[in-house]
Amino acid sequence: MNKQELNNKLTQVKDKLIAIEQKVDNRIYLLCEAQNAYDVNKFLFEDVSARFVIATGIDDEDCFEVLYHYSYDRTGCVITIKAFIRDRQQPKIQSIAPFLPGAEWIEREIHDLFGIDFPGHPDMRRLILADDWPDGVYPLRKDTSRPKPVVSVPDSSREVKE
Amino acid sequence: MRREMKKPVLVVGPMHPLQEEMECFHLTVDGEKVTDIDMRISYNHRGIEGISETLQFDQVPFLVSRVCGICSASHPLAYIQAVEEIAGVKPPERALYVRTIINELERIHSHALWVGLAGHFIGYDTVFMWAWKYREPVLDLLEEITGNRNNYGNVKVGGCREDIPDELIPKMLKDLDEIEKKMEMLINAVLDDPIIHARLKGVGVLSREDAIKYAVTGPTARGSGLEIDVRRDDPYAAYADLDWNVITQPEGDVFAKTVVRLLEILEAIKIIRQAARKLPGGPIAIQVKDIPPGEGTGRAEAPRGETFHYVRSDGGNRPVRHKVRAPSFVNVPSFRASCIGADIADVTITLAAVDPCYSCTERLAVVDGKDRKVICDSEELLKLSREKTERIRGTKG
Repeated sequence: MNKQELNNKLTQVKDKLIAIEQKVDNRIYLLCEAQNAYDVNKFLFEDVSARFVIATGIDDEDCFEVLYHYSYDRTGCVITIKAFIRDRQQPKIQSIAPFLPGAEWIEREIHDLFGIDFPGHPDMRRLILADDWPDGVYPLRKDTSRPKPVVSVPDSSREVKE
Repeated sequence: MRREMKKPVLVVGPMHPLQEEMECFHLTVDGEKVTDIDMRISYNHRGIEGISETLQFDQVPFLVSRVCGICSASHPLAYIQAVEEIAGVKPPERALYVRTIINELERIHSHALWVGLAGHFIGYDTVFMWAWKYREPVLDLLEEITGNRNNYGNVKVGGCREDIPDELIPKMLKDLDEIEKKMEMLINAVLDDPIIHARLKGVGVLSREDAIKYAVTGPTARGSGLEIDVRRDDPYAAYADLDWNVITQPEGDVFAKTVVRLLEILEAIKIIRQAARKLPGGPIAIQVKDIPPGEGTGRAEAPRGETFHYVRSDGGNRPVRHKVRAPSFVNVPSFRASCIGADIADVTITLAAVDPCYSCTERLAVVDGKDRKVICDSEELLKLSREKTERIRGTKG
């Protein structure tokens, strides 16, 4: 597919999108609501055969964004799905890991850092945060005053004598 | 571990017996066969994305060059390209060539480092000694150009910070001839060695389908027959003007990845030679005043694969969001596909085959074991290192 064919192909999911933006050559942004993100991701990965690169979580203060970056290597195009999660209280977006195992880790990371839930994820344990990190504190949220890491006090009875 | 412990679990890590970094693999085994693998990372997570939001656009390159000591040219480059995309800036030609040369030198030393480590992992220390010996002149060359063996700090938004002096070019080309001769010898020795063939062929196979599903990049993908390379697909720096090839191997085993890396060393030498000969004149940077609001993506082909940076600006002097994707973040999970079903003895080299890089570069102080007195601190090491750079530049340059 050349650039023109790619653009035509992308219009197939137009009804699931809010808008298609292209500010510079070779960088396409597909804006959609969270509930449509799964279908658009599946379309890009399976029908367009784009290569998944990574996802980015962003805290916009009034909503959350999850950006899924794909690379279409034949034309060197980066296609980014920008999914808006409007519900700040219980942010969630369907996991794409079941059909794209390469996204498993990044969803766990976004879950750790932003507290966004990914229903359908096969293994939602902590990836980045330590086991003794307090629940409900998400380091990259804008309203989190970034706390100092919890330092466990060493047990003096176990001190090794030289 | 929240899994039922019905089968024996072999724990590799967090202090890996061979690798320098912290990672932990729980291998569920049945006899000699690995039936499941669970990975635990993030022992060294330093919150770089969070720190980046507190720094100004010009300071971030120094931060991201410390994401990894080995990839310390490609991370800043990817970030800079993202910011340049936001600002709509096109750096001068000469800067693009300087970036290309430094990035390819980085590729040579990184691949040589991996070949050495891979030799060490399979108990073939001659390869280790040779590879690291012949890697040293590459680091000297980098030190001569940028002042540092790693963490070059040479790119900035709108160009480069330091130029390659024209009088250095003939010497660089001469050194490159010497490096090429030694590397060819090493490559032929490794690729012709029947022991290495016997040890690495058919081991840790990552199929093409799995490579796509796990979205791997770099030599890990090219060793599985995926012909992807950001340098060619989405050309940046001066790669589009130069003549070079993307190396691929269809087999997907550790040997294929070795071949890809070794032949890429020769391609890198080819690229540097052309770039040095074609190096255009003119300034190396243009003034960039403000970064407007917007978002940009930058990517660079690091030795381990595609480095991806996403930057968003609100028009202030700091990024509001900066996402860093190092290639190992997608390459490491592919162990699930390449290790399950393998023998335990093959796992260490399979785990090493993607050239994993969790995070590197820690500070060093030499301490006397008896009275805990610091013998040599970072100040003194810095002094020693500066003296060495002066020496290299003075005597050889």
